[in-house]
Amino acid sequence: MGCFINWRGKQKTVDSYQLKEVKQFATFVKKEFLHVLRDRRTLFILIGMPIAQILIFGFALTNEIKNTRIAIIDHAKDNASRHLIGRIAASNYFRIQEDIMDEDRLETAFQTSDIKLALVFPANFEDNLSRQHHAQVQVIADASDPNSATTLTNYISAIIRDYQVELSGQMPLPYQITPQIRMLYNPQLRGAPNFVPGVIALVLMLVSVMMTAISIVKEKETGTMEVLLVSPFKPVWVILSKTVPYLLLSLVNVLSIVLMSVFVLQVPVEGNWLLLFAESALFIITCLTLGIFISIKTKTQQVAMLVSLMGMLLPTVMFSGFMFPIENMPVLLQWISNIVPAKWFYSIVKSIMIKGVGIEGVWKETAILCGITLILFVVSLKSFKIRLE
Amino acid sequence: MDCLKSACTGKFGFETAIEMVTLSNITKTYNKGVVKAVTDVSFTVEAGELFGLIGPDGAGKSSIFRILATLLRADSGQATVAGYDVVSGYRHIRNQVGYMPGRFSLYQDLTVEENIRFFATVFNTTVAKNYHLIEDIYVQLEPFKKRRAGKLSGGMKQKLALCCALIHKPTVLFLDEPTTGVDPVSRKELWEILRQLKKQGITVVVSTPYMDEAAICDRIALIQHGKILSIDSPEGIISTYPGVLYAVKAADMPRVNQVLATHEPPFTGYIFGEYIHVDSQGAASRDAATDLRNVLTKAGLRDIEVKPITPTIEDCFIKMLTT
Repeated sequence: MGCFINWRGKQKTVDSYQLKEVKQFATFVKKEFLHVLRDRRTLFILIGMPIAQILIFGFALTNEIKNTRIAIIDHAKDNASRHLIGRIAASNYFRIQEDIMDEDRLETAFQTSDIKLALVFPANFEDNLSRQHHAQVQVIADASDPNSATTLTNYISAIIRDYQVELSGQMPLPYQITPQIRMLYNPQLRGAPNFVPGVIALVLMLVSVMMTAISIVKEKETGTMEVLLVSPFKPVWVILSKTVPYLLLSLVNVLSIVLMSVFVLQVPVEGNWLLLFAESALFIITCLTLGIFISIKTKTQQVAMLVSLMGMLLPTVMFSGFMFPIENMPVLLQWISNIVPAKWFYSIVKSIMIKGVGIEGVWKETAILCGITLILFVVSLKSFKIRLE
Repeated sequence: MDCLKSACTGKFGFETAIEMVTLSNITKTYNKGVVKAVTDVSFTVEAGELFGLIGPDGAGKSSIFRILATLLRADSGQATVAGYDVVSGYRHIRNQVGYMPGRFSLYQDLTVEENIRFFATVFNTTVAKNYHLIEDIYVQLEPFKKRRAGKLSGGMKQKLALCCALIHKPTVLFLDEPTTGVDPVSRKELWEILRQLKKQGITVVVSTPYMDEAAICDRIALIQHGKILSIDSPEGIISTYPGVLYAVKAADMPRVNQVLATHEPPFTGYIFGEYIHVDSQGAASRDAATDLRNVLTKAGLRDIEVKPITPTIEDCFIKMLTT
């Protein structure tokens, strides 16, 4: 009986001890939320930034062809030229500027960037085609941006070739090889599916790494860490409490990016939403531990911000495969890219969102992210200074 | 752990003079020994004492506070607080001391109330439990309890910081320059609060660059360039002043200063309020007062006033620096 009472008594002290810890943690978390919520301007930027980025990447920074303005000067005005013009107009790629009707105005139109491409049909276009079986169309492109000029001329040539094939269909050629090309997962070759995962990685990196790093260093800089250290607090609680508001904020950002991509950019999520969010949460935690690590190693908010931007954001853009294909890089850089967490996350999100892959397709990347997180967390906890040095 | 703590206080409870804070031969340098902050400092503070570290800026006061608050490790020497070594027993010390750094170090974006509540919970207690300790200060803060700490005046900030340092009923309170940047009225109030805390049995170690505040302490340590010049009660320090100090005044004060300085042998004097304090040592005869009067009359000065005075702590400090 005595034993029983003792056991109960001991149990009670353990409980109240744990209760104290939980209460302390809750207070720290509450305090962190107050910090985040009271800094309205920063909060506004953090929530608005992903939306702005999606819109910028989706509509302004796109390298796909959509509604490019072109001019068509038709000296033939016959059936064949009208047919071809009709096809070009019907495609979503081009918008014909009706007001440019003669060559004299072409030069100025190119210079003022009113048009990116011009098409000139010579007189007797149909006659040449039907009688000599050979007709010419002049394609003039603005090659000040060589990539888009090439793309535009390719698109136009494709439309013309299509028309030609249709015409020659009536009189078959002796030998014909038609390559049947299938563009998997993104048949329209749209840019959006490619950059949405990139933007998610970028935004999470920015919010989670930089904001966490700054918020811990801030306590050092303003001297509050000095007061906190002379208290019974546990470093692990302070560290963890710092991450909670940013974890939530980042999940909200993921949600807003995915919703924007589905409803505004028409990029659906092919895979499992839950898996997408679980993987995002994992990547956020990786970023948060990275932020903590930076904050422990730096002394001022400015340095923390610089390290986060130069040391984290730049590699994210360079080595995630989002902007530059990793396969084309020198071997050394390919090796470096392996330690950039964003590379793995970018590949995970692309697989889930665009290819519709399940966990069986991304387990390797997931495991790598888990490993990076674990290492960072242990190193951070070990290097947390219990004194001012 | 609770058991251990109560055992310690129990052991100490029966003794009359307990050493609450001890330092022996503490030395601290920065930048790998280039900057000497504290050199071979030793002193003890007894339980229930109001102990003052008095010295100008850069004397090493904050370094001593940080060593005692377990925030810095000394290069050499030992220090204990409440019976625990500041290095090996830092956890125990952090549980039971209150520390207020020289710079305002609370959360500026949290309100007065939120700051106090936060620190209460960090120390595993509640505001209600130890309200009696902070009541006198808190009634002054109450009208501003919804105001953010960053928007408070200098005096209010310090009162809030003191509240936060007191909320867990510390056994020792370390206050690093609590009255710097505070108006004279609030300074007086703060010192009154410290006296009250002493009555409640809390040991208070406080630093200040203002010599006039030193008289309120039970004992003071005068410190300069990281070295302790003297440790005694304020009265004790004053009583050991060598020689007699005179306050001198005449119609044309700048000229008085000039006459005294150019006299051979020169009188050592310095302007102190409306008087010039002149030290009797170095005077030619034993009757320095008559000497001074003669010198000044000879220089043609009128309304001459020369009177012996009891030196202040500041006079003692200046004396120690010049000898």
